[in-house]
Amino acid sequence: MDPVISIRPLLAVAVAGLAALAVLLLNNREKLRDVVSPLAAITMFAIVASMAPTVLAGGTVDLRLFEILPGIDFAFRVDALGMVFATVSSLLWIVASIYSIGYMRHLNEHAQTRFFACFAASLAAAVGGAFAANLFTLVIFYEVLSLVTYPLVYHHEDEEGWTGSRKYLVYLMGASKSVLLAALALTYQIAGSLDFVAGGLLAGANASAPLLTVVYFCYLFGFAKAAVMPMHAWLPAAMVAPTPVSALLHAVAVVKMGVFCVLRVVFHVFGAGLVGGLGLGIATAYVVSFTILMASIYALTRDDLKARLAYSTVSQLSYIVLGAVLLSPAAMVGGIIHIAAHAFSKITLFFCAGSIYCASGKRNISDMAGIGRRLPWTMGAFFVGSLSMIGVPPAAGFISKWYLALGSVEAGETPFLIVLLISSVLNAAYFLPVSYAAFFGTEAEECPATVREIPMLTIPLVATAILSVAMGIFPDYFLALAERVVR
Amino acid sequence: MTIPLLGLIVFTPAVGAAALMFVRNDDVVRWMALGVTVLDFVLCIAMLGGFDTSTHEMQFTETRPWVPALGITYTLGIDGISAPFVFLTALLGWISVLASWVAIDRKVKEFMVSLLAMQALMLGVFCALDLFLFYVFWEAMLIPMYLIIGVWGGDGRVYAAFKFFLYTLAGSLMFLIGIIMLYFHGGETFDIRTLMAQDLPFQVQSWLFFAFLIAFAVKVPMVPVHTWLPDAHVQAPTAGSIILAAVLLKMGAYGFLRFSLPMLPEATVHYSTLMLVLSAVAIVYGGLLALAQDDLKKLVAYSSISHMGLVTLGIFTLNLRGLEGGILQMFNHGVTTGALFLSVGLIYERTHTRSIADYGGLMKAAPVYTAFLALFTLSSMALPGTNSFVGELLVLSGAFAANLAVGAAAVLGALLGAAYLLRMYRKVALGPASIGVRFKIRDVNAREMAAILPLAVFVLWIGLYPKPFLEIIDASVKHLLAQVHGKGGAQ
Repeated sequence: MDPVISIRPLLAVAVAGLAALAVLLLNNREKLRDVVSPLAAITMFAIVASMAPTVLAGGTVDLRLFEILPGIDFAFRVDALGMVFATVSSLLWIVASIYSIGYMRHLNEHAQTRFFACFAASLAAAVGGAFAANLFTLVIFYEVLSLVTYPLVYHHEDEEGWTGSRKYLVYLMGASKSVLLAALALTYQIAGSLDFVAGGLLAGANASAPLLTVVYFCYLFGFAKAAVMPMHAWLPAAMVAPTPVSALLHAVAVVKMGVFCVLRVVFHVFGAGLVGGLGLGIATAYVVSFTILMASIYALTRDDLKARLAYSTVSQLSYIVLGAVLLSPAAMVGGIIHIAAHAFSKITLFFCAGSIYCASGKRNISDMAGIGRRLPWTMGAFFVGSLSMIGVPPAAGFISKWYLALGSVEAGETPFLIVLLISSVLNAAYFLPVSYAAFFGTEAEECPATVREIPMLTIPLVATAILSVAMGIFPDYFLALAERVVR
Repeated sequence: MTIPLLGLIVFTPAVGAAALMFVRNDDVVRWMALGVTVLDFVLCIAMLGGFDTSTHEMQFTETRPWVPALGITYTLGIDGISAPFVFLTALLGWISVLASWVAIDRKVKEFMVSLLAMQALMLGVFCALDLFLFYVFWEAMLIPMYLIIGVWGGDGRVYAAFKFFLYTLAGSLMFLIGIIMLYFHGGETFDIRTLMAQDLPFQVQSWLFFAFLIAFAVKVPMVPVHTWLPDAHVQAPTAGSIILAAVLLKMGAYGFLRFSLPMLPEATVHYSTLMLVLSAVAIVYGGLLALAQDDLKKLVAYSSISHMGLVTLGIFTLNLRGLEGGILQMFNHGVTTGALFLSVGLIYERTHTRSIADYGGLMKAAPVYTAFLALFTLSSMALPGTNSFVGELLVLSGAFAANLAVGAAAVLGALLGAAYLLRMYRKVALGPASIGVRFKIRDVNAREMAAILPLAVFVLWIGLYPKPFLEIIDASVKHLLAQVHGKGGAQ
């Protein structure tokens, strides 16, 4: 099927970029300013959705803008893998933009213009990355995403904010200006191009196995946003950001950009053949399995709800990478659809954390006993999100875990099946006590009656909880896309 | 008769400088200097408009006999390697005038005369095709630069100017010896194109290579002859720093490209590993030094040593990507470091401190200024999307092809760059607004905007669409490679 040439990929990026500008210009007109983000989000989602039929039919939407260097263009190509990431990001931006307004207004936060402008710019970068046709274009958006999320992390401008944001930048920039840079230069030197190629740009390249191995691991750790240990510490540090940021960016856009890049490298730079042939797949599988288990154990020990969610994210991101590197069709499908499954569920959980904080000012799980009686919708949604993360049917997480488990059997790698099972138990161990305490726990003093649901926060989080379940019941869209990638 | 465009470009500032001597009013002096430099820039754009990118031959050549008895001629001409730097010099000419508008408040006339003389001589260096003429321009440059640092500099200006003068003079003497040697071994001619075609014995090439190396290494500057640079930068007025960083440092690298590589190909290939190692040392050592600085100007100065190391690294990879990246990086460093020194100058005019520790929260006081500072900081650390990243990727790609270990050292330099630049930006721009409140800093005005905006445009333009720039240098670089490897054997 011939690629469709269209300006839509650029439009999708431009909508969010222009929204960021509009927000800045409307600095003094708060009401008008706050309308911009949801409008832009809906527009962006519509543009992304308009390209879905082409991609589902096996085509791509291409836009080549100009040549940067010989063999490197500034170009977009919307394919199935990019579509998964873009759909999730743009769809959740709609919900998150409404939630953000509620959250920021309720807490009467400062610097709201900067907040909404950076937020919109982050989405432009995320979708730009999703649609990038080569590593160069992808890396431009990747770095822009690091930069525009930085002010969101130091948003509170207190001691904690500066420390956390510093760690954030040190990890992300440090990784990209060292190993990632080396990987890019080496790839360009070996292949003479940085394009994504079905079957792998480096497949059949004239380079020694040790060199290719080094390049591969430079990518794996260079894309620090994927938070594969030991490059994970920035993610808990980023939790100093306001909760909507943690929800959409540090559970969806930013971290998914990381795993998306890793998947691009595995599928379209090295190719499954080369990754398998060099034995890199299994090596990576062990690295990420360690991350899955260790991060879950860390999560168990955290009493701060957002910190627990952050470590859970570290763990869940490695599921996605694990699926990709097991290289069996089912595992790869499982990894790819986990991008969506984790996004819907984790954003729900973060929304709940924000809702609890706004309603009661509470952050620590140990203080949340009995809060479910005051915030039934919030804690109900939290329970749904937890079930999805644990992998209980019919929630979305079950589908991806099912495919992952199937895939590890298919690949003949039972150790990873055991990893999946242990981690599910750990997931249950750190998520379920929260819900249990919220509904059945009794606190010494009764939760004050002022603690009640805030509609502008509750509606979005219920919506994402419904999405989590809906994706579990109707996974066809994401499954179809994932199968396109694997095929 | 064709118009001698290069002659016009070189001598317009000189004529302007002469004319300025008869003006008394400081404001008239400023406007005249601006007029002359802008005119020069326009001529330069006209020159680029007529530049043929398909050939490596010298273009816009003009030649007159000068000292026929010794075979000395006045010959100008440019190719793809010198054209970008003629343009860069002309661009920074009027930016330097704007940067000195209020910063220089005494002996304005003398300053502008020095500045214009400096510009004429720098343009002459890049255009000269006669070795003797080249040397005249090269040496004469020392005098106005010495004055700019020594008269209008900071408190330690005399020491810094003297150190600058001694270092470069010592280097130049070696250059002179090399020129004389080249003259006798190369058929008693000073014509650079003829000299490039000579086939010198390896022994002679080696001697010449090291004579030139000393001269050019001081200018670049390469470690360990770099110590004049931080002093000169710290003491020089803003315009002096801009010229020093953006143009003067390029002359050393340009010397390698114009003389060492094409005239001494066998020696170049033979000693290329040494040069790669020296470059790698400069990259890492310069980066480490920059990391330890509290003075803004010193930080940028040490970062220059590191970044110029990347340039020489690219040049001595002796492959296409490395060389093109190296030359592009020379241009990029001119734009970015020029812009950084301009930014430091602008803020110094307001606060009279260069200590990073004194700053904080500048973003609240001067958001537009801080946005520019952010852009140039990111450009300097070669963030993807900015000019330096394209150059860095090319150089690294070439470096990995030449020598993996050296490539790895260059990557370490890139990491250090991110560290000291982001640290600087964070401390100056973010955090509690200390200095902004104390000094009631105003944001950039129209004049400052006119100086800083063009540089910002180049940062993004080259970052996203470097093709026009690479096209200019492409044919000449390919020819240069043929010269090196044609005579120097296989790669």
